[in-house]
Amino acid sequence: MFKKLPKTNVVIIGMGAAGGVAVLPLTNAGLKVVGLEAGGWLSPRDFAPDELRNSTRNWPQSVQKAATEAPTVRATSSDTAVQGGHPMMNAVGGTTMHYWAQSWRLNPWDFKVVSATRDRYGNARIPQGSTVEDWPFGYEELEPFYEKVEYSVGISGQAGNVKGRINPAGNIFEGERQQEYPMQPLRSSPFTELMSAAARKLDWNPFQGPAAITSELYDGRPPCQYHGFCNKGGCHVQAKSSTAFTTIPKAVDTGNLDVVTFARVTNIVTDNDGKVTGVDYIKGSETFFQPADVVLLAGYTYENVRLLQLSKSRAFPNGLSNNAGMVGRHYLSHHQISSVSALFPDDLHNWYGLPAQGVAIDEWADDNFDHSNLDFIGGGNLWVYTDRKPMSAAKMSTFGETRNWGSDWKAFIMKNADRTNSSYLQNTTLPYESNYLDLDPVVKDPLGFPVTRITARYGDNEKRISAFVQDKMERWYLEAGAIKTSKSGFGNAMGASTHAYGGTRMGNNSETNVVDQWGFSHEAPNLGILGASVMGTSGARNPTLTVQALSWRTAEHLVKNWRSIAG
Amino acid sequence: MANNPKNNTPQPDDQPENMSRRNLLKSAGIVGAAAVGSSAGSNVIAQDSPPVAQASSPITLEALETLTAEEAETLEAICDCLIPSDDNGPGAREARAVHYIDRSLASHNSGARHNYLVSLAAINDYARQTRGQPFNRLIRDHQESILQAVQDNTVPGCAPSGSGFFNLVRNHTIDGTFCDPYYGGNQNFVGWDMLRYPGIRLSASETDVAKGAELEPNHQSAYDNQTYTKMAHNIQMGEQLNNGGGSSNV
Repeated sequence: MFKKLPKTNVVIIGMGAAGGVAVLPLTNAGLKVVGLEAGGWLSPRDFAPDELRNSTRNWPQSVQKAATEAPTVRATSSDTAVQGGHPMMNAVGGTTMHYWAQSWRLNPWDFKVVSATRDRYGNARIPQGSTVEDWPFGYEELEPFYEKVEYSVGISGQAGNVKGRINPAGNIFEGERQQEYPMQPLRSSPFTELMSAAARKLDWNPFQGPAAITSELYDGRPPCQYHGFCNKGGCHVQAKSSTAFTTIPKAVDTGNLDVVTFARVTNIVTDNDGKVTGVDYIKGSETFFQPADVVLLAGYTYENVRLLQLSKSRAFPNGLSNNAGMVGRHYLSHHQISSVSALFPDDLHNWYGLPAQGVAIDEWADDNFDHSNLDFIGGGNLWVYTDRKPMSAAKMSTFGETRNWGSDWKAFIMKNADRTNSSYLQNTTLPYESNYLDLDPVVKDPLGFPVTRITARYGDNEKRISAFVQDKMERWYLEAGAIKTSKSGFGNAMGASTHAYGGTRMGNNSETNVVDQWGFSHEAPNLGILGASVMGTSGARNPTLTVQALSWRTAEHLVKNWRSIAG
Repeated sequence: MANNPKNNTPQPDDQPENMSRRNLLKSAGIVGAAAVGSSAGSNVIAQDSPPVAQASSPITLEALETLTAEEAETLEAICDCLIPSDDNGPGAREARAVHYIDRSLASHNSGARHNYLVSLAAINDYARQTRGQPFNRLIRDHQESILQAVQDNTVPGCAPSGSGFFNLVRNHTIDGTFCDPYYGGNQNFVGWDMLRYPGIRLSASETDVAKGAELEPNHQSAYDNQTYTKMAHNIQMGEQLNNGGGSSNV
């Protein structure tokens, strides 16, 4: 029934942000890699500047595999889970094709939330019910891999701490790095200048954030054209440093990578000794078995967890690598849902900006400020950016000035189309005992396999951070001259998110974690897992660069220890 | 028949409303209203001021792909209430939001077709019961109060609910007014001009950004760029791509 293919060294499930980076160190070392991808190749021809198609109609995710197996969501185990959408896309390059491309390193505190909190404030400050642990290593361990990815993929930005030398043009709170970014940051704009000036008046340190977008000619790719269709759109000049245009083509060029598109993996196969032997996948109407010495699982968080839970065998009756019952635990999705919007008295000139062209404030993130007299730990990164398009402008908040239709409203949007702005606030989010992913008992995908069920909600710690950070954001807008502001709510259930973490957490304790400090399964030694599903904390910033640094590190560990892992 | 355009004369009580509206439309240089030519207001315009309509824009042919004629008339009036043609210039009517919605109900928004069928009928029933005329024949004040009632969930029979349908039709009217003209709305770029959006550019310089709304609108669709059309495989871009790491159509 399954057509058995020739054996390969490594099969990687997913050619996105994570798998798309891991292929390069593996193929450079001479390993033969098969990359299975549920989507296809896209090209700049596909990335029309079309707000209706890209943003409103959600092209091309709406027609893809992920959309047919979107998770169901409920806040608690006593609620009924309801299926929502899926925010990620299937393609070679995955969601790096159309993401915002903000490419942060986590701050050092994010790796040691438990010990740093205990040392500074006492154990009692760890929120009740949280299952948070320190990472098995600190920021310093990941630093060289951040750098490799920044240079291989192509990240623009302004360093704030090179070898201990603090530069206030960058993030003064970042961990020490050994090199500058390979490219200068994206250019500023009238709006980012306005916000930076206001931040300085508050004695805050504004800086332009890092982006996987070229700010100058880099590695044969032209610089960003700032045309404004970056969000939900791929780049028409390949300025966005998707793995599809960077590491994957380089790996293909080695002759050691075979990318198989439109492959839907249904099972990771295990022998009776508990080693993985390869994967089953469906392509078109055919089914295949791809044998491999090593399997790297590199789908998105929901897909990684789900495929493990679906891959039951004699050695793993509760799902692959789940004999300790930890697959699906320690799940969290980033609290980034509570923003502040502002109305300004003058045009902001944002019609041609992009979400990664912005200014950040890190004063209120992580443990960058004293929490002694506060009732939470962690914090949020404040981000304002340049992005405006006509349909979303027309759908803006009216700040209570008119009802949302008719002549008065029309006059309002005509006047204010380019005078409003919404911030992007990313807050520390912790894992909790009551938050987890499992297989939905009712809802199935078109093949008949259950979809993932999210049972999770934000804790008081997240909501308190959010209220605190919203106040800071409001203050920043008002300092910049905003005449009205409006805050959105704190949320309840953790819906399917582009920042989904955990479920296959990394840690030395095999009783509480799925993978070891190198990203390999505690239970199936030749199974590695790549992606934010291995991350145990979120930090207060976008996860992708950390995912990619971890992937590179896992791949390099595999190369260096090939015999013991593949043996 | 109530919806026979020949009987579509203004009612005595709404004459002043129509007159003032006509003046508003004249001052706005309305275009395209006669293309549907069913509401009381547009008939007046078609008779009184043809040079205005002709001077601004040729009337384009519009099929009704999904809506019935009566549904389209009702929807036209709703869209005109939502984004009116007024002293501030053209609105959803000139952008041809209804044409956009009609087409989208045959494609991407087909799942909403039922909601339109049920809700437009419910709104017309309510209009007849409370005001004695179908929705599109009422004066603007009465149309607006009914639409407010839809938004407030007090018009029975709407699907999925009054407020649900209101949000749906509001979103679609905005989409049809401000989308890329390729999709049949935002005709003559009236939506983008309304917001002073200078238009789609494949590159924006610092000087362009600094100009803001003073930047000359270029009135281009995304699909005026051959790169994004089916013609693209004939142009050089295809070669660049194949060199850039492999596309599946090699």
